[in-house]
Amino acid sequence: MNLESPRSVADALRSVDYLPDDRISQVVFLANRLDKPILVEGPAGVGKTELAKSLARITGRDLIRLQCYEGLDEAKALYEWNYKKQLLRIQSDVDHDWGEIEQDIFSEEFLLTRPLLEAIRSEAPVVLLIDEVDRVEVETEALLLEILSDFQVSIPELGTMAARTQPIVVLTSNNTRELSEALKRRCLFLHIDYPDAQREQEILAARVPGLSEHLAAQVARVARSIRSLDLKKAPSVSETIDWARTLLALSIDDVDEEILGDTLHVLLKYQTDIEKAAKELTSSPRA
Amino acid sequence: MLGVITGFIDELRAAGVPVSMVEAIDGMRAVEAIEIGERVALRETLRATLIKNQRHERAFDTAFDVYFSTVPLPDSTPIEEGSRPDLPPPDRGDGSERAPFDIDALLDDLLQALARLDEEAMRRGARTAVDELAGMEPGRPVGGTYYLYRTLRRLDLADLEARLIEALMEDEDLSEFDQRLLREEIETRLERLRQEIEEEIRRRLVADRGRDAVARTLRRPLIEDIDLMHATTRDLQEMEAAIGPLTRKLAARLARRRRKRAGRLDFRRTMRKSLATGGVPAEPQFRHPRPHRPEVWLLCDISGSMATFSRFTLQFTHAMATHFSKLRSFAFVDTIDEVTDFFGAGVDFGSALQRVTTEAEVVWLDGHSDYGNSLETFNTTYGRQLTPRTTVIITGDARNNYRPPRDKVLGEIAEAARALVWLNPEPRAYWDTGDSAMSHYAAHCTSVHEVRTLRQLEQFIEELTLPGTRASQNA
Repeated sequence: MNLESPRSVADALRSVDYLPDDRISQVVFLANRLDKPILVEGPAGVGKTELAKSLARITGRDLIRLQCYEGLDEAKALYEWNYKKQLLRIQSDVDHDWGEIEQDIFSEEFLLTRPLLEAIRSEAPVVLLIDEVDRVEVETEALLLEILSDFQVSIPELGTMAARTQPIVVLTSNNTRELSEALKRRCLFLHIDYPDAQREQEILAARVPGLSEHLAAQVARVARSIRSLDLKKAPSVSETIDWARTLLALSIDDVDEEILGDTLHVLLKYQTDIEKAAKELTSSPRA
Repeated sequence: MLGVITGFIDELRAAGVPVSMVEAIDGMRAVEAIEIGERVALRETLRATLIKNQRHERAFDTAFDVYFSTVPLPDSTPIEEGSRPDLPPPDRGDGSERAPFDIDALLDDLLQALARLDEEAMRRGARTAVDELAGMEPGRPVGGTYYLYRTLRRLDLADLEARLIEALMEDEDLSEFDQRLLREEIETRLERLRQEIEEEIRRRLVADRGRDAVARTLRRPLIEDIDLMHATTRDLQEMEAAIGPLTRKLAARLARRRRKRAGRLDFRRTMRKSLATGGVPAEPQFRHPRPHRPEVWLLCDISGSMATFSRFTLQFTHAMATHFSKLRSFAFVDTIDEVTDFFGAGVDFGSALQRVTTEAEVVWLDGHSDYGNSLETFNTTYGRQLTPRTTVIITGDARNNYRPPRDKVLGEIAEAARALVWLNPEPRAYWDTGDSAMSHYAAHCTSVHEVRTLRQLEQFIEELTLPGTRASQNA
C-alpha cells in the first residue's frame, strides 16, 4: 500500500475503517519515511492499539505484539536459551569435545525467540506493537532502546542480530507513569485524545453498519457531553461504539433521557460515574 | 526556513520545554521530508519530533502560532511577514474616510458559517472582525488579550449564540434532551470562533512586531513551573492529569527495597521442575518475595493561607489513595482530624473535597493555623498507631501565627515513624521569616523539601530515599 503522502496514509487507513485525523496520518507518514518508531499516548480506548492493527492491515504485514506488564523481562521480551534442549544435546553426546558442543548449543537452533527478536528476525516485514509500555519498570525499558534506535538485538553468545527487514514499530502508553527520556527521544510522539463530535460520528458510521445518521450524531454528542463531566473513567471510543450497537440491537432510533438512563451502564463502568452522569444529563437543562 | 525553525526551537526551550539536540535534528530532518508550505503538516511534524509530553502542547501551540503564522493553511492566501497586508494603515484614527462598517452583515456571515460549520467562512469572518473591531495599533508591545476582548465585546457572542440556537432549532422538531445536546455543540463551535479570532490577532501582532518579540510577550510558564500557591483553578485541573503518574512513582519509591535476589530458593518447586530435565536442577525456582506495602500518613494544612496549595495536596492525596492501600490522611488548621474515609475507593475528588471542608473537625479555637496544637492532638490521638513502617508526610508552610511551635511533639512522632518528611510550598528564602517556625520543625524531620511547583514535587519523588524499615533491615 502506498504511504507516500499523509493524504494517501489517511485514505489507506480509511479503507480499513480507521478514521485518522490530520495528526495521526501525518505522524504515520513520517514514521514510515524516517523509519522511526511511533509512541502513541492517550486515554484508554481511543484507538491506540487499533492504529497498529490497522497499519498491519493496510500494509499487509503480520502484526507481532508484545503486551507489557510489570515484571516483564528479557527472557519474555527478547529471547531465551532453550535450556532443556541444550541439556538433552549435552547428554546425548558425551563423546564429543566440550568446545565443539559449546559451539553447538549456543546456536540459533537453541534460541527461543520472543516477540522483539521475532520481529527483528522475520523474513517478511512486520508491524511490531509494544503495548502499554508504561507498565514495565524503568529498568526494563532499557531493553527496548537498542531495538528502537538501531533495529537490532545483541546476544552475547551470538553477536548482534540486525533486522532483516525494516519493521514499523508502534508503542502505546496510557501515561500511568513518565517514560524515560531515552525512550521518548527515539520515538515520534503522538498524543491521541478523544475525537471531536464530528469525527466520532464518522467513526460510528464506519464501525456500526446500519446506524442512522441521526442516531450517530446523537450518540457522538452524548459522548462528548459526558466526557466534559468530571468522571473517574470517561467513556472511550470503543464504549461509544458498544453503546451505538446496543441502541441498534434494541431498535431504538431516537435517544431520549429515559433510554439514556437505562443504557448508561454500557458507556460508564463505575456506579458513582453512572449516578453522576444520570443526574447531570437527565435533569432540567443548565441555565 | 532553517532559521525560523531554529528560532522556534529556541523559543520552546526558553518557555521551558526540554528539546534535546537529537530531537532538534530529527525535527529538521522530518521537515525536509514534508511539503513545507502546509501549516497543518508542518505543525504536526514538528510536534511529533520536538514535543514528547502532552503537558507541553499548550506552549508548543502558542509558539507555533507565532513562528509559523505566515505559513498558509491549506486553502487560504499566504501572508508575507513584514508586508502587513491586512493591517489597517496606521493613520486610520479617523475612520471617516472609509465606508461605514456594517457589523450586522458580518454577524450574519458568521452565523451562516457557524450553522454550516464552514471553517473557511469562519476564518474569513474572524479576519474581518479583527480588521474592523479590534482597533489594533501597530507598535504597541501587548500580547493581544485586550484586542481579543475588544473584538469579542463588539461581536457579542452571547447574542450570536442565542441566534444560532434559534436558527438551528428551527429546522427540526427537537426534544428537550436533543436541545441540550445541541446547545453544547453550539458552545464548542463558538469556542472555535474565539480561537480563530485569537489566532488572527496573534498573526497581526507577529506581522507588526516580529516573531521573537511576540513570543516573549506570550510566553507563559509550563504547567510544572506554576507556583502552587498562586495557581488558577484551570491550572489545577491541568495538573491533575500529571499527578497520577507522580503518585505511582512515589508508590514505587516508597516500596523499593535494597536490591536482593528474588526470594529464597523454593526447593520443592525446583525438584519438580528438574524432572523435566532428567533430574538436573537446571532452573532453580525461587519463592516470590513478599511485596513491601508502604504505609503512608499524610498531614495537610488546609488553613486559609494555604487554600490553593491545600487543594493541590488534597488532589494529590486523592490520587495517592488509589495507589496505597494503607494511606491515612489527616487535615488540620488549629486541630487535626482524620479524613481518610472521605477519599475512599470510587469517590470523586469534588465530593471528597466538599466533605473535607464541611465535615472534618479541623477548627478548634479560631481557625488560624496552630501547628503546635494540631501536632499535639495528632500525637495523643493517633501517635500510638504509628509503626516503624509508617512514613509521615506533612505539607504546610509552618506559619504558626506566633504560637508556641511545640516541636518536641514532632520529635516524638519522628521517633515512632519510619520517616518524617515535610513539604513546604514557600520559597526556601521565606522560611523562618515572620511567623514561620520551619527550622524548629525541620530539626526533627528526616528531610525537608521546598515544593512550590509540580517540577519540584517530581524532583522530591525522584530523589526520595528513605531509611529501610526495621523489618527489611532484619531480613
